[in-house]
Amino acid sequence: MTAVIPLHYFLIVSTLMFFIGIYGFLTRKNLITILMSVELILNSVNINFVAFNRYLFPGELQGHFFTLFIIAVAAAEAAVAIAIIISVYRRFTNIDVERVDTMKH
Amino acid sequence: MTISEIIFYLFSATIIFFSILTVTSRRILRAAVYLLFVLVSTAGLYFMLNYHFLAAVQLTLYAGGIVVLIIFSILLTSHISQKFEPVGIKKQIFSAIAMAAGAILSIMVILNYGFNSLITVADNPTMNTIGYGLLNYGKNGYALPFEVISILLLAAMFASIVIAKKDKKTN
Repeated sequence: MTAVIPLHYFLIVSTLMFFIGIYGFLTRKNLITILMSVELILNSVNINFVAFNRYLFPGELQGHFFTLFIIAVAAAEAAVAIAIIISVYRRFTNIDVERVDTMKH
Repeated sequence: MTISEIIFYLFSATIIFFSILTVTSRRILRAAVYLLFVLVSTAGLYFMLNYHFLAAVQLTLYAGGIVVLIIFSILLTSHISQKFEPVGIKKQIFSAIAMAAGAILSIMVILNYGFNSLITVADNPTMNTIGYGLLNYGKNGYALPFEVISILLLAAMFASIVIAKKDKKTN
């Protein structure tokens, strides 16, 4: 079923998604939207792993398992990041990265 | 054009379109919902590649867990109808140039490499295979990363509770 779609189609989709995530990371100012851009980047890496696993090593499952582990790491990262964001919000009452700069001085 | 090609183009168009909306939308709650669409279409791609367990994990953990967490924190920290100020045009242009340069370079490398993909029968790994792989410490076993991940999750849980806990002295 998947044989009709070449491998590099998946890679192009994930590349575009990765760089859109980087664009969001560079332009956004709100901490939560930056976190969402990071999720986009992690997700595009997952697509790469899965496509390589399916097309180049169909008998093995390395890409599959490492995608599972990346999803777990992303969940842990999101939990800690949101805890930090809520803590920052309590301290400064906003989460704009350009206005939260007390530790820079 | 076969039906699987059409489905693939549909999913990838959804992914690209809603990714762009996620990073450019000026209302934060809408951006979170667009991110949800991106993650669900990614699960669709996993279904197309015949990794059903992975697609289910993607749907429950990413689309079900992380997006709900993000939406909760949005509701806690910002007003729903709040709109961001537009990004400065200079920043937008330079970020777009950096992004386009990187994307074009990577896509050219991908197109020129010529992968010899040897797809034969796309079989779905059974739950047995996945379970043995996760808890096996021999060849093709992933017991060590599995244990490391479990400790990481425990540490992340403690860390988020400690960080987000209200400090009694300051309040």
